[in-house]
Amino acid sequence: MPHLHAAYNLARWLVRSEQDAQDIVQEAYLRAFKFFDSFKGDDARPWLLTIVRNTSYSHLEKNRSHATQFLALDEALDGISMEGSATLLNQLDNNPEAILARMDEQRFFHQALEQLPIEFREALVLRELENLSYKEISVVAGIPIGTVMSRLARARKLLLECLTRMQSGAIG
Amino acid sequence: MNCEQTQALLPAHIDGELGLPESIALEQHLQSCPSCRAELASQQALRAAIQKRTPYFNAPNQLENRIRAALPSAPAQPKENRQAWWRTWSWPQLGAAFTSVAAIVLSVSLYVATPSATDLLAQDVVANHVRSLMVDHLSDVASSDQHTVKPWFNGKIDFAPTVQDLTAQGFPLIGGRLDYLDRRPVAALVYHHKKHVINVYIWPMDKPQTRDVKTLSLQGYHLAYWSKDGMMYWAVSDTSQKNLMGLVALLQQQS
Repeated sequence: MPHLHAAYNLARWLVRSEQDAQDIVQEAYLRAFKFFDSFKGDDARPWLLTIVRNTSYSHLEKNRSHATQFLALDEALDGISMEGSATLLNQLDNNPEAILARMDEQRFFHQALEQLPIEFREALVLRELENLSYKEISVVAGIPIGTVMSRLARARKLLLECLTRMQSGAIG
Repeated sequence: MNCEQTQALLPAHIDGELGLPESIALEQHLQSCPSCRAELASQQALRAAIQKRTPYFNAPNQLENRIRAALPSAPAQPKENRQAWWRTWSWPQLGAAFTSVAAIVLSVSLYVATPSATDLLAQDVVANHVRSLMVDHLSDVASSDQHTVKPWFNGKIDFAPTVQDLTAQGFPLIGGRLDYLDRRPVAALVYHHKKHVINVYIWPMDKPQTRDVKTLSLQGYHLAYWSKDGMMYWAVSDTSQKNLMGLVALLQQQS
């Protein structure tokens, strides 16, 4: 069953739970099976990932009480990055390599990416882990191509900021 | 291009998504601007680190089996409906509507009967065909050359299917793949005909016999099956019955 790893990886990053991700992938494949008639394109992967993505979002929507927790966290994070980020980011820009060198472990990146608001997490996973083009990402995430670029740029900066905060937390 | 424009386009540049004219202009600016070059290096380092250190979650092994088990298999449904039908009718109602019920039972039982081995296999063949299209997994060896496709099966299955390219006759060979039907690995040959995909499944029979072509339709797909020289053949497609039979006739001619 090709694309199964891609489907699972996306769902797992979006809902942040192994069990839920499995349920979502199963549901998505059953839906894909039912609607395969409507698929006319050449490459099934973006099409399938779109279904996985939408299934994940409806799942999060359904379990809102669970999701609000995360949402609150997301918003808090978003708030910080909007207001306080100018100075922090400027410091970062001078030497992100140093931060990256110190945070040289998978678990830091795992933790940092899981904390990003879902739309940024989604963009990074599709681009950096699935190697989708801007055009494919715009289809899967349902946003214009121009937004894909700015969202990715912001997502990378947010991730770096997260790593920086984790680092200062670890030290302080 | 100035610094501001360059900074705006850097992410797309790193992602390899810039058009050629923009790329050239951007490269020119980078040549002459150390601060933009530094910014480029930072962003590249960040991107490389993300790609390298972000974990990729592979699907657990049992997930594929779980999904296969949950995929709809058509056979059970009509039978269930029929049982439900009976249960909801009480005897007085049955008596009152005896004639119509008899008519319905007759037509339903003619239609449903008990699914025969052939019906079940036909459903499997259709499901297999649909899956091969759905998951973008038409061929493991993509080639229009029969001399590439045939050897590819060597060592993967314990029989040698006849592989013939029929491009000249309007049925180009696209490739082949290994598949699973009737509880055994089978060879699947993929042909195209006017943008329709035709899957031809071939496997050796337990009890060799020669049978003429029979056809049936299922869920909008046309199927044809026959056996020859100890091999079982099933062809399935959404192309018209007539086109499918065209390929079947060609395949039957081959020695």
